[in-house]
Amino acid sequence: MNKSISNIFSGEAVFLDKANVDTDQIIPKQFLKSIKRTGFGPNLFDAWRYLDKGDLNSDNSKRKLNPDFILNHDLYKSCNILITRENFGCGSSREHAVWALTDYGFTTIIAPSFADIFKNNSYKNGLLLIEIDKEKIEEIFKQITEKKTINIEVDVHNQFIYLEEKQIQFELDDFKKKFLLDGIDEVGFTLQHQNEIEDFEKNYKKTVPWLFK
Amino acid sequence: MNNSNPKTLYDKLWDSHFVGSRSDNGNLLYIDLHMVHEVTSPQAFEGLKIKGIGPRRVDSIVATVDHNIPTTDRSKGLRGIKDTISRDQIQALQINCHDFGIDLIDLNDLNQGIVHVVGPEQGFTQPGMTIVCGDSHTSTHGAFGCLAMGIGTSEVEHVLATQCLVMNKQKNMRISINGLLKKNVFAKDLTMFLIGKIGTAGGTGHVIEYDGSTIESLSMEGRMTVCNMAIEAGARAGMIAPDEKTFDYLKSKPHSPKGDDYETALSYWKTFHSDENSNFDTVHNFFAKEIEPQVTWGTSPEMVIGVKDRIPSEEDYTSQTERNNFEAALDYMGLSAGDSLENYSLDQIFIGSCTNSRIEDLRKAAEILDGNVISKKIKRAMIVPGSGLVKKQAEEEGLHETFISSGFEWREPGCSMCLGMNPDQLGEKERCASTSNRNFEGRQGHLGRTHLVSPAMAAAAALAGNFIDISS
Repeated sequence: MNKSISNIFSGEAVFLDKANVDTDQIIPKQFLKSIKRTGFGPNLFDAWRYLDKGDLNSDNSKRKLNPDFILNHDLYKSCNILITRENFGCGSSREHAVWALTDYGFTTIIAPSFADIFKNNSYKNGLLLIEIDKEKIEEIFKQITEKKTINIEVDVHNQFIYLEEKQIQFELDDFKKKFLLDGIDEVGFTLQHQNEIEDFEKNYKKTVPWLFK
Repeated sequence: MNNSNPKTLYDKLWDSHFVGSRSDNGNLLYIDLHMVHEVTSPQAFEGLKIKGIGPRRVDSIVATVDHNIPTTDRSKGLRGIKDTISRDQIQALQINCHDFGIDLIDLNDLNQGIVHVVGPEQGFTQPGMTIVCGDSHTSTHGAFGCLAMGIGTSEVEHVLATQCLVMNKQKNMRISINGLLKKNVFAKDLTMFLIGKIGTAGGTGHVIEYDGSTIESLSMEGRMTVCNMAIEAGARAGMIAPDEKTFDYLKSKPHSPKGDDYETALSYWKTFHSDENSNFDTVHNFFAKEIEPQVTWGTSPEMVIGVKDRIPSEEDYTSQTERNNFEAALDYMGLSAGDSLENYSLDQIFIGSCTNSRIEDLRKAAEILDGNVISKKIKRAMIVPGSGLVKKQAEEEGLHETFISSGFEWREPGCSMCLGMNPDQLGEKERCASTSNRNFEGRQGHLGRTHLVSPAMAAAAALAGNFIDISS
């Protein structure tokens, strides 16, 4: 039931020139009242993207866009790769932040670092996070500033990105790669280890019987 | 313990809950307590229903409502909630708990409250446990010597179904703080000071163990405040080794073990501390005497200064990115570089949240407010107790009379204006002294301006109408 990503894909990138982008900015709290996993895309970066305050009842097509926000520029409207600065996704654990990014159309986020909970939420929803050095991010920033647009090819299997004659390797945990590429359901996968969980539980219960009612 | 292989508190928590590695090298960590609330759980329960499975251990789950509920009169229960979208979400939790047989501490239960206040005060939180909740401030429970972590909704579903969390072992950081805190400097100031020093990404990839004489001197409430904001330093978990204070706190709690079980549990709990010479990946040392009453000036918890300090200037930052962030924060907050925070009038005061809504916090606020009236500049000041039990205790001590006569609103328990999901919000450009944990843009209301402080500072600022030095 999870979304899988392609082994190799390419896309246009947009640069969000901010550090410490927190999940309150990615999807503000008023949208967390939804009990669904879908439909968050129009409210991604809501307070930066629109000039008015929106909520779940708003007709987003009638709201005034903030012309200064990078995602609203014509050049970047169909970008599927977001490049940004360090500590992206910090703060609240809300998975709605990842749902908003993927629902909007982002497949990949490239940054010097990501917050821990956000990292875990991402791979479970087919959102690829690529960590590369600050210096390399700075180079890409310069290239985008000069050329306006930039195309990036991502090879997930071999863990490389290719841009402007350059190739950059990135780290990716085996289990995260598996779930990103196969898109299989993680609950089902873990339940294949049910016997081990039961064995552990049996022993553990002897140590801490008061925790079992 | 084998002294040739000394272990940290985190090593012990990890080892005692490590189930094994899956075929794809994902580590399975066994979870003892799963706390659930209305906002991050509906999609997880839906996932279980689609798969046709139930929670593996219903006895390990506790649910309550806190994030989305009104803090005004709740005598009409669910029917009294005017916002229909909020009502649907609260109802979804009621239905899910009913369908799966999960204990729900519901809206009008005396024990209802903020999930991170309820867990410890009910004795669900105990040393040596692994605890998760779909909320990043789950780090709070680490104050009892637990591995307590915030998780996303997919992880909520995974833990419900498998009793396990998939994760890599984190790096281990130790932050030692020694010495006596100055007058009117509290656990909140301490934890904000540390974030200012190591930064909001300083603890990324780590769990933090706090130790030293200053930490030992803190009450359990104070220790919870410290661990609560570990996530604001980037660490998914903060922890403090349990000691006599911890054991005394737990002895009388409804869900802590009783009789012989308590004695067995006690000897087990006492093994959860870092061994001498155990190895940490990162170590920081600070002295309590360095810490002044703290106030955040910007839009990230690391943008924090002592109340007597000046707001930074552009020259204080070296890189262009830092300068851009600085300018944006200053602009959003409506402040001038190099200015004193005492020069800005406040509009609202919020005392509450999982960081600072426990009885000790309310006592401190009452002590400062006692017999005084809040400044005319303040449009609204409110105190939102962390739970029904905190509220009851405060009323038995007569604290609520002090609050009300000084001009504060005395509310029903919940998360309230910490994140403003319910009607408790800041208006545009309103400036607030808040005892919560995040000063992000729009956190307490669209274009609202949040300054994070201790309950004592919030109370003093309510009387003055602006921040003042409370250390002298």
